[in-house]
Amino acid sequence: MKKVVRGFYSVAYSVKLCRPNVICAYPITPQTEIVENLAAMYANGELGEAEYITAESEFGAASILVGASAAGARVFTATCSQGLILMSEVLFNAAGMRLPIVLVNTNRALSAPLSIWNDHQDSMAMRDAGIMQVYVENNQEAHDMIPQAYKVAENKKVLLPFMVCMDGYKLTHAYEPVDLLEQEMVDSFLPPYEPAAYMTTKKPLAFGCYAPPHIYMEFRVAMQQAMERAKDVMLDVFKEWAEVSGRDWGGHITVDFPDSKIFVVAMGSVVGLLRKVVEELRNEGLSVGLIKIRTFRPFPVEEMREALKDAEKVIVLDRSVSFGYEGPVSIELKSAIYGYSSAEIYSFAVGLGGRDMPKDFLAKIIRDVGEGKEKPGFAFKGYQEFEEVIP
Amino acid sequence: MKYFGSGHGACPGCGLPIAVKTVLNALDGKVFAVNSTGCLEIISSQYGKNAWGVPYIHSLFENAAGVAAGVEAALRAMKRKDEGYVVVFAGDGATADIGIGTLSGAFDRNHDILYICLDNEAYQNTGHQQSGLTPPGESTTTTPAGKVLPGKVGRKKDMLSIAVAHGIPYVASSSVGYVSDIRRKVKKAVKFEGAKYIQIHSPCVTGWGIDGSIAIKVARLAVETGLYPLVEYEYGKLTSVRKIKDRKPVEEYLKLQRRFRHLFTHEKGKEMIKLLQRFADENAERYGLDLKKE
Repeated sequence: MKKVVRGFYSVAYSVKLCRPNVICAYPITPQTEIVENLAAMYANGELGEAEYITAESEFGAASILVGASAAGARVFTATCSQGLILMSEVLFNAAGMRLPIVLVNTNRALSAPLSIWNDHQDSMAMRDAGIMQVYVENNQEAHDMIPQAYKVAENKKVLLPFMVCMDGYKLTHAYEPVDLLEQEMVDSFLPPYEPAAYMTTKKPLAFGCYAPPHIYMEFRVAMQQAMERAKDVMLDVFKEWAEVSGRDWGGHITVDFPDSKIFVVAMGSVVGLLRKVVEELRNEGLSVGLIKIRTFRPFPVEEMREALKDAEKVIVLDRSVSFGYEGPVSIELKSAIYGYSSAEIYSFAVGLGGRDMPKDFLAKIIRDVGEGKEKPGFAFKGYQEFEEVIP
Repeated sequence: MKYFGSGHGACPGCGLPIAVKTVLNALDGKVFAVNSTGCLEIISSQYGKNAWGVPYIHSLFENAAGVAAGVEAALRAMKRKDEGYVVVFAGDGATADIGIGTLSGAFDRNHDILYICLDNEAYQNTGHQQSGLTPPGESTTTTPAGKVLPGKVGRKKDMLSIAVAHGIPYVASSSVGYVSDIRRKVKKAVKFEGAKYIQIHSPCVTGWGIDGSIAIKVARLAVETGLYPLVEYEYGKLTSVRKIKDRKPVEEYLKLQRRFRHLFTHEKGKEMIKLLQRFADENAERYGLDLKKE
């Protein structure tokens, strides 16, 4: 049923349909309305037998979900920014314990300076945790991604946490028409969680044993193998979703105009606007295509090599910075296509802390690269010239 | 031992296995054990040498109460509460210092869990650094007795009062020196619905600098001097106190342990012993520890 809803509701409603056993969260802008909506559903008895817990911090929320997930529950939380960073110790641990926790990160900048607005610095800081990361373009994709996230995470070939990343405000607070899923359809797509191993007195097992040097490394190798398997499991799940929902969001990446000489690479909500920009630039005669990265972890290495093998120039629009180097997406992309593409890489950090990225701004970046006005390498775009005052 | 046994690597004389076995046996092994990082975790949960005969989870140093809350919530949501009790085993540092946030959250929400704080009065796993439950005058590696300082300056954090202040149904202290007291309190605690806190004084042979053969004697002296009163609170009211006949001076307890040895030679040692005696006297007064002679 198509309804005009805000992003946070599209997530909360989808979570409800996935029948989690334990939901636990701590409020943080701009995520709060997701858990507020779930809290209201809980208060109205709409979450079945689920327990909804208001934690004392994001660290506490993630810890509670570790316990609940280990006990065999399907669990959910949402957070962002400072909250995600506060959770990080627990999330690294949860990944190592192979707990299929599903969380939504409503991407928000990190302090200092404090900012409640959107960029990708928070989830990028979790890059190496062993958590799958998928970035969505709009609220329908966010809505659709929740059941798929559970199905991938809970697959016995995977068993890793899954983080759905959606841009704070730009998506969470935006009204969009969303075709809301039906319970029956989600039930048939996503069967109840059957844990491979869980805490029970019927068959006592130990979770979170410590590992001396003779055995630690094997656990970490197993995590990498699980991530590699996750790539195929995701493709199967994405395909199944396209069949049952009628909405095909593509694989790990989507490529518009694959025969182009120039490619723009981006993740998240800006992709929607970039489609329009690319279309207009093509009408001007520029050979430009668009690559949307959906899956950031595991990283779509082969897909990138294939898509960029004949590219001449690649423009990466990063929403965060690895200070002292450049944008993380650009770093990953270069590493992936090394030896497979001779394209020049133009790496730009844009839209940090909610800085607006209007159509003309994006078009100019692409046009300038096309016309040879930019040099390959890294640069910030869209900031005011200033002089740092150090007293 | 069915619930905790072969494979653990505790020192001879360590109080932790005594406490853990007593708790698990008191509950007939119907336990979901949640353990914080620390001595107990290291001696019992090495991969391939797991000593636990009950379902066990160790996540981090500072989140055992949160993890336990999650296990409990999951059992409730999945109608599996009758499978067993959710019991935290955490050290004093994990409880009173780094983990007090998740502990306070779990107590505030009154999860149906039993939180056992195994109090050996310092970070013993990493070689005897001071924690919030280290008593004053103790020489630890981070509060060493030196030319100026007589070991830790300050107090032992009053965790019992902090627990009581959360309004949870049951709070108690106990000691490895009195296993029947542990057993009785654990059995009683689980009858209450909600969060329960039992702090068990547990000797550490290496940290305290004692021979394993006198560990129980030392643990009992802590009680007999009034430094470690064994008390019980139900719904915030003090309901029982282990009375002491002929309370002993604190020196008798202190002199057996390397961690306090400097107090008998240090310039400020006398002052510190006096302070510890004052704390013991205050405990006696506060809890009515002394068995009055007629």
